[in-house]
Amino acid sequence: MTKEISIIDLASVIRSKNAGPFELTFDIIFKDKETYGKVKKTKIITKELIAKLYHVPIEKVLYFVEFDPANAIKATIVRPVDSGSIGETDVYGAQQHAPLLDIKIPFEE
Amino acid sequence: MKEIRVLSPVGMLGYGFPAESFQKGLEKTPHVIAADAGSTDAGPHKLGAGVGIVSKEATKKDLTLMLTAGCENKIPVIIGSAGGSGAEVHLNWTSEIVKEIAKEKNLHFKMALIHAEVEKDYLKKKLAQGKIKPLGPVPELTSKDIEEATRIVAVMGTHSHIKALEMGAEVIIAGRSNDPAMFAALPIKEGYDPGLALHMGKILECGAMASTPGTTSDCMMGYLREDYFIVEPPNAMRKCIPSTVAAHTLYEKSSPLHIIGPEGVVDVTGCKFEQYSERAVKVSGSKLRKSETINIKLEGASKVAYRTICIAGLRDPIMIKQIDECEKYVRDTVPTYFSNISPEDYSLIFHIYGKNGVMGELEPRKEITSHELCLILEVVAKDQELANTICAFARSTLMHYSYKGRIATAGNLAFPYAPSDIPTGAVYKFNIHHLIEVDDPDELFSIEIVEL
Repeated sequence: MTKEISIIDLASVIRSKNAGPFELTFDIIFKDKETYGKVKKTKIITKELIAKLYHVPIEKVLYFVEFDPANAIKATIVRPVDSGSIGETDVYGAQQHAPLLDIKIPFEE
Repeated sequence: MKEIRVLSPVGMLGYGFPAESFQKGLEKTPHVIAADAGSTDAGPHKLGAGVGIVSKEATKKDLTLMLTAGCENKIPVIIGSAGGSGAEVHLNWTSEIVKEIAKEKNLHFKMALIHAEVEKDYLKKKLAQGKIKPLGPVPELTSKDIEEATRIVAVMGTHSHIKALEMGAEVIIAGRSNDPAMFAALPIKEGYDPGLALHMGKILECGAMASTPGTTSDCMMGYLREDYFIVEPPNAMRKCIPSTVAAHTLYEKSSPLHIIGPEGVVDVTGCKFEQYSERAVKVSGSKLRKSETINIKLEGASKVAYRTICIAGLRDPIMIKQIDECEKYVRDTVPTYFSNISPEDYSLIFHIYGKNGVMGELEPRKEITSHELCLILEVVAKDQELANTICAFARSTLMHYSYKGRIATAGNLAFPYAPSDIPTGAVYKFNIHHLIEVDDPDELFSIEIVEL
């Protein structure tokens, strides 16, 4: 049976932050190697998903990397406005992670 | 066993750290005490306006502990990105604080000031030679950008810190520096592996943030050996575990696999993070791939506008339901009334907390579920007077707008402050974020020795 599990129950860290003034980076770090491996296998979290969640064309997702030593998936996008410029809503970029919290992962039981 | 020990008291000079943790760190007999004092994180304003992000009092408090311990124990003290952005004004500000402390505590030492602000004429020449290229998603640099920047700094690597140590500096106050540089300089000078030294510096630069419970306001110790390093917080209430250290390796970087700096690229693809003892983590496998040319990052900020804001609360459910329509009314009314002013001279921005204040257009939730909203009415304009004028008019227009079904006819906004409108001064933007190729980093960073 397949069950959908919220990413909040699978990850220990889900965060956003500036990577310099022109890029916004997202880290999802899973609770353990096993969980990370299972999530990776579902291929739910992809470059395409990040583009969709943040309403940016795929070429604005500059990096998408699965980093095994940290049990982490990381993606970096071009910032909607450069940090602190006119139109800014979040200078540090530290509160842009919320759309990631809605990700659901289908797990075989 | 060969080992070099680095003590990072705090993630940002002026954030404060427990004296007890620092003492415990000192008991481990560090070879160097280093701290980062700046970042681009807080936006372009610090660099543009030439101000800091922490108070003088807090900086002095942290520096006093570090300098006293450094002098007593003959340990070099290195501060990088002085004053928040590491330009001349920031370097002077920090150096005056150091001098004050030295006088008050009767401390004597050789201080190196490393300058990082860049001359505009030099940059224009380099630009003409094709030696400057964009770093990340930014346009090509123009000489107009150079001209418009209020300040431009170059971001130094370990090269200049090492040079200052070789000149006999006991205290180094450096302008804008790559975050790991202050921590990696002495280890690299002493012949330790630069890849490991820089990776360790990357972990140490945020203080105890790579531990759990993590914070920037506490100390972290790094122990670099021949082919690995160990990190451990001196405060027994915190511990490093592989996931916190690995997580910090990713922190604030575009790609987790590479830590990019003036020395080249530290490749952490093959890194191993292991629990070494109860509160310590061992890291191995980081490798520096030296770049063939010396590329140094440039940061510049220019003034683009002036800002006035008005903060107001909304509690009327009839109005909250029509907030978009209310915004539209104000947006239509302002240019009609000020038909003599070009709409290009100002912009009106609505930050509506409770709707999409944090994420703006990116907010996936469209419905408002809150019983109250906070509105920050922001006006940016070509001068302060115009920003004040537009903000006052927009505020009074919204205050008394008779939206559909209105029954609270006394006024639509709850102001927490009088005056309701707050001029916040100049607005800056990062207009330079580029790489410059140099033959020798000394072209950009000069060292001045001061005997105290």
